[in-house]
Amino acid sequence: MADFETPVLQKYPVIPSITIDAMKDSAPFVAKPEHQDPLGFPGELVDDWKDRAIEKMGELLGKYRSFQVYLDSCVKCGACTDKCHYFLGTTDPKNMPVARQDLLRSVYRRYFTFAGKYFPKLVGARDLTKEVLDEWYSYFHQCSQCRRCSVYCPYGIDTAEISMAAREILDSVGVGQKYCNEIIAKVHKVGNNLGLPEPALKDTLEGLEEDIEDDTGVKVRLPLDEKGADILLITPSADFFAEPHIDGLIGYAKVFHEAGVSWTLSSYASEAANFGMFIGSYENMQKVAMRIREAALDLGVKRIVHGECGHAWRVAYSFWNTLAGPFDFLDPNYPVPQHICEFTYDLIQKNKLRFDKSQNDHRVVTFHDSCNVARATRMGDKPGGQFEIPRAIIKTVCNNYVDMDPDTIKEGTYCCGGGGGLLTDDLMEIRVKGAMPRMQALNEVVEEHGVTNMAAICAICKSQFTKVLPYYKMGMDMIVSVHQLVSDALILTGQEVDDDEADEDAA
Amino acid sequence: MPLEVNGKTYETDEEGYLANLSDWSEDVAKALAESEGLEMTENHWEVVNFLREYYQEYQIAPAVRVLTKAIGKKLGKDKGNSKYLYELFPYGPAKQACKVAGLPKPTGCV
Repeated sequence: MADFETPVLQKYPVIPSITIDAMKDSAPFVAKPEHQDPLGFPGELVDDWKDRAIEKMGELLGKYRSFQVYLDSCVKCGACTDKCHYFLGTTDPKNMPVARQDLLRSVYRRYFTFAGKYFPKLVGARDLTKEVLDEWYSYFHQCSQCRRCSVYCPYGIDTAEISMAAREILDSVGVGQKYCNEIIAKVHKVGNNLGLPEPALKDTLEGLEEDIEDDTGVKVRLPLDEKGADILLITPSADFFAEPHIDGLIGYAKVFHEAGVSWTLSSYASEAANFGMFIGSYENMQKVAMRIREAALDLGVKRIVHGECGHAWRVAYSFWNTLAGPFDFLDPNYPVPQHICEFTYDLIQKNKLRFDKSQNDHRVVTFHDSCNVARATRMGDKPGGQFEIPRAIIKTVCNNYVDMDPDTIKEGTYCCGGGGGLLTDDLMEIRVKGAMPRMQALNEVVEEHGVTNMAAICAICKSQFTKVLPYYKMGMDMIVSVHQLVSDALILTGQEVDDDEADEDAA
Repeated sequence: MPLEVNGKTYETDEEGYLANLSDWSEDVAKALAESEGLEMTENHWEVVNFLREYYQEYQIAPAVRVLTKAIGKKLGKDKGNSKYLYELFPYGPAKQACKVAGLPKPTGCV
């Protein structure tokens, strides 16, 4: 399938021996001027890049206290070295989180610390050269900002923030990543990552309404731009386009229908994803988030519900209030913002949904915790709700559920390998290799418990697994949306079903 | 990497997608398919032609579901599924078929 070797899955996870420079040639396509301009970045590498990069680093050190703390506090204890899926999959020592941080830390020391200014060699400080800049571009695009390493760091150093800062510095001197920046430019212009214009969105939604009616005999709506609706649904545009994402979207629509609420999508804010976070650009992240605020105000909604998108939930849950808030125009009786899983779980708790669990009996399901949901957000009102609520939903609609190895789920979950702006074909090698630890844990439950499907609540995870599962000799359709499982088991009011099939203890 | 067809050179992006939509012709499509290791059959053309029609109307490639439904209507229900489309375009109907149809690559979390 490609000119690299797919890692072999072992019986037990192993910490590999290192291979120096194994991934030094991995780098994504560089953004062209037309991708850079709309984001406010120079079109190409500027002449005085070195001065500007150091100046930018200084600016970030002043702006983000955490950034400086992370650069100063590492004691090289080594706890993080075997925690990164990209290291485990590639064996390149620069993919150890500490080594990745050091790529930037060494330059920080040279220009911003006393010892580094006068005795650089003693403290591992180095000059910023073009080679260093290229190395940054390569290795900071081998980090999915999943923050698994930070869980095991005794100081809580967050490599994701260092990676975001590095990308911000690179962008500021004209070296952007094509994949992320082209997409952000599309959001600014069209309103979503795909560049899906309003007529196409409308056509797609109408097609889905037809499909649901053919399938169930019930008219379920997927409204667009309906002023006065109570709920605005913000979901990744992949939900309008890709498989299995679209089955999740059908699931949300059915749940809203059964709940009897009025809801709408927006063609102006037809995207939950916010790649501004991946490139560390506060300005771009804010601009993307503001579209959602504007759409909510314009449509006059009282609530905002998020579809299945990992990093979008982080942006909304953790950053929205200061980024695009206050959201005091929304109804405070509901979570602001609310996750679709919270919405569905709430209805389940209130016995408002009827399920026929046997519709999922051909499946044995496991759940992949998406990194941003697991380590940067919460759901519900209890700690760990982000782990328990999706699982509770799956168990309500499926009879067969198994968890993967406890070291690979919940706060210790492994990234799918395609997060943080790496979900692009030009990074296929790092994506396939970085997926290895997750594939290993999945393979274990497939062999031991006959797992047939892995459910996820993130568009990136779903697309990534669709692509990499075949490399590991597993079917691409193993990956499903959580709300696809909900959709398959949900009995709509008025839907024609055999009475025997219906779950008598409707949950 | 520019694409050469019948002595003419066409501009493409890093991954071989046509830079200009208007450069597309059946011969160009055949050359694009060849670069993907595909041999164009009648069924391939059905998909490619539908993509182009849809793009002309909506300025974007159709969702996989829209495509499978349309192909199912044209070629029979047994072919209206993504498994069939993956048989025709093993790297994925969205990306590989778009390339042959001369459309830009779909971007985003897809």
